[in-house]
Amino acid sequence: MEIMLCDMKPGERVVVTKITDENSLKGRLREFGMVPGTELHCRYLSPGGDLAALELRGTVIAVRRKDLTGIYARRCV
Amino acid sequence: MKTVALAGNPNVGKSTLFNTLTGLRQHTGNWPGKTVGVAQGTARKLPGYTIVDLPGTYSLEGASEDERLAAEYIASDEADCIVVVCDGSCLERNLILTLQILQRTQNVVLCVNLMDEAERRGFRVDGAALEEQLGIPVVLTAAGRRRGIQELLEAIRNHVPVPPEQVRAWDDPVQRASQIAEKCVTRSANANDGWRVVLDRVLVSRRRGIPIMLLLLLVIVWLTVSGANIPSAMLERLFSAGYSVLKGWMEPLPLWVAGILLDGVYATTTRVIAVMLPPMAIFFPLFTILEDVGYLPRMAFLLDRSMYRCGGCGKQALTLCMGLGCNAVGVTGCRIIDSPRERLAAILTNAMVPCNGRFPTLILLGSLFFADAGGALVVALCVIAGVLGAMLTTGILSKTALRHEKSTFIMELPPFRRPRIGQILVRSLLDRTLFVAGRAVSVAAPAGAGLWLLGNTEILGALAQLLDPVGSILGMNGVILLAFLLSLPANELLMPIIMMILTGSSVLTGVEPTGQMLLAAGWTLETALCTMIFSVFHWPCATTLLTIRKETGSNAKTAAAFLLPTAVGGILCAMVNLLL
Repeated sequence: MEIMLCDMKPGERVVVTKITDENSLKGRLREFGMVPGTELHCRYLSPGGDLAALELRGTVIAVRRKDLTGIYARRCV
Repeated sequence: MKTVALAGNPNVGKSTLFNTLTGLRQHTGNWPGKTVGVAQGTARKLPGYTIVDLPGTYSLEGASEDERLAAEYIASDEADCIVVVCDGSCLERNLILTLQILQRTQNVVLCVNLMDEAERRGFRVDGAALEEQLGIPVVLTAAGRRRGIQELLEAIRNHVPVPPEQVRAWDDPVQRASQIAEKCVTRSANANDGWRVVLDRVLVSRRRGIPIMLLLLLVIVWLTVSGANIPSAMLERLFSAGYSVLKGWMEPLPLWVAGILLDGVYATTTRVIAVMLPPMAIFFPLFTILEDVGYLPRMAFLLDRSMYRCGGCGKQALTLCMGLGCNAVGVTGCRIIDSPRERLAAILTNAMVPCNGRFPTLILLGSLFFADAGGALVVALCVIAGVLGAMLTTGILSKTALRHEKSTFIMELPPFRRPRIGQILVRSLLDRTLFVAGRAVSVAAPAGAGLWLLGNTEILGALAQLLDPVGSILGMNGVILLAFLLSLPANELLMPIIMMILTGSSVLTGVEPTGQMLLAAGWTLETALCTMIFSVFHWPCATTLLTIRKETGSNAKTAAAFLLPTAVGGILCAMVNLLL
């Protein structure tokens, strides 16, 4: 089941399926190794729910959830 | 002279490695064409080499200034050898940059650092396998504990330059990094990361996150304020003794020479050191501990929402915290902000956070006029006011002069590390001492000479009278306004200059103002309040202005940095004056 990354909930693990041009962070996320096929783990959200802490490739990065539009992922079972 | 460049991701202990190699033999130079400084130094154990510390970057393809500088430097082939520093706990991500660098040059040594932390977290790195995969020498180190440094130095010394034609072709760094890491890094099943996860949850939790942050800041302010009292008093006694000794030596000299040197230069310089050094020597080590532990990105994480609403970002909150210690440091710290307009807004508003140098003024006036509420509390309130002012001003700027498209925000949340407290204390103490001493000599000393000269004429009194009308509009008076102007070199001088003018002397005396003295000089509650407000919201000190000039490279922006907080202060004081 495909979801948009900005809808990811804390504790969820997903695999990135596609990153469209819609996304504003594309280049910077690639520097951290986010490409289709990357596994992500949503660690937690900020108190206001605006930031998400995502773990990928052994690193945890903080991103604004509204900047995650245009990235699609599949939930891991 | 050969050159070794240190490259790597942020947060990998690169600076620690650089400091370990160079000790104090370093200076911040300017790489041609850039305004951002690059640290360079030499190492005793590596004679014949210059060591360059490149800014931390996540990749060579980024758009930020740091990344372009690093990419250009590497492409320029100026370095004979590049040491890529990696974090043993997240080698996979670090290898992305390593492979990007290897696409451009084969003159690389891989240094897998922070191995002590990695091992503690259950990671095992196979150095030999890495060497085989990458085709370059690999050294495992823990720079903080001086582990592996000898091996690293040897690898650098034994490095044979590889001509550009022999550069090995690397494809897709992201996929390759993943494959290599899989072969060379293992993690044991019972890695004890549990406490880090729990700590993280607590520090950014909805209910406890912000209260914990406020508590930490209050504790730091309290420790700074109360801890500085005794050392300050001791330093003042020491310098007083020095004064008497020097006075004796200067007997044979003409009066005015002794006057300028002793009552002018010596008195002012020592005053600045005595007042400024102890608080900074407490604040900055504490702040560095927070940074070393990894708490600061969590703070930015909590505050990004509020900062974003003001057109800023979470990282600006960190620069405001740095400004609490010293605004010049806060301004330099704005480099961590990626968006140029957000960065400028942060630079322009940083001085609204009262620095350590203004604490004594705020405590003194607070306790004399507003019932001894406790020095730390007064300062904390002023800090909050300053932060709110900075945020508001940033908001206004982002809608007017510095309007920009919404920028993006991405920040690493590094794993918590055990702080190396001993090392931090020593290094921070040394850094701070040198900084304050340097500033005292270069800025306060000439100011002291100038003040003495002015004090010996009728000029000060006349100027004060001239400024009275403006001062009154602002709820203060000419003497206070003049003192503000004259304390441009160093904020600590405000109250001493006021006392100097009021007592009609030409020496910055160590006389502590009492309530009666100020009341006798015509002060009211309103005067004290406006003085405190203006102390928070007025032009940055000379050192900060010079730093702003260096960071922005623009006289216009420096002028804006001068006028902006002043305007805010002026408006607030005028309003208070009207209302009270």
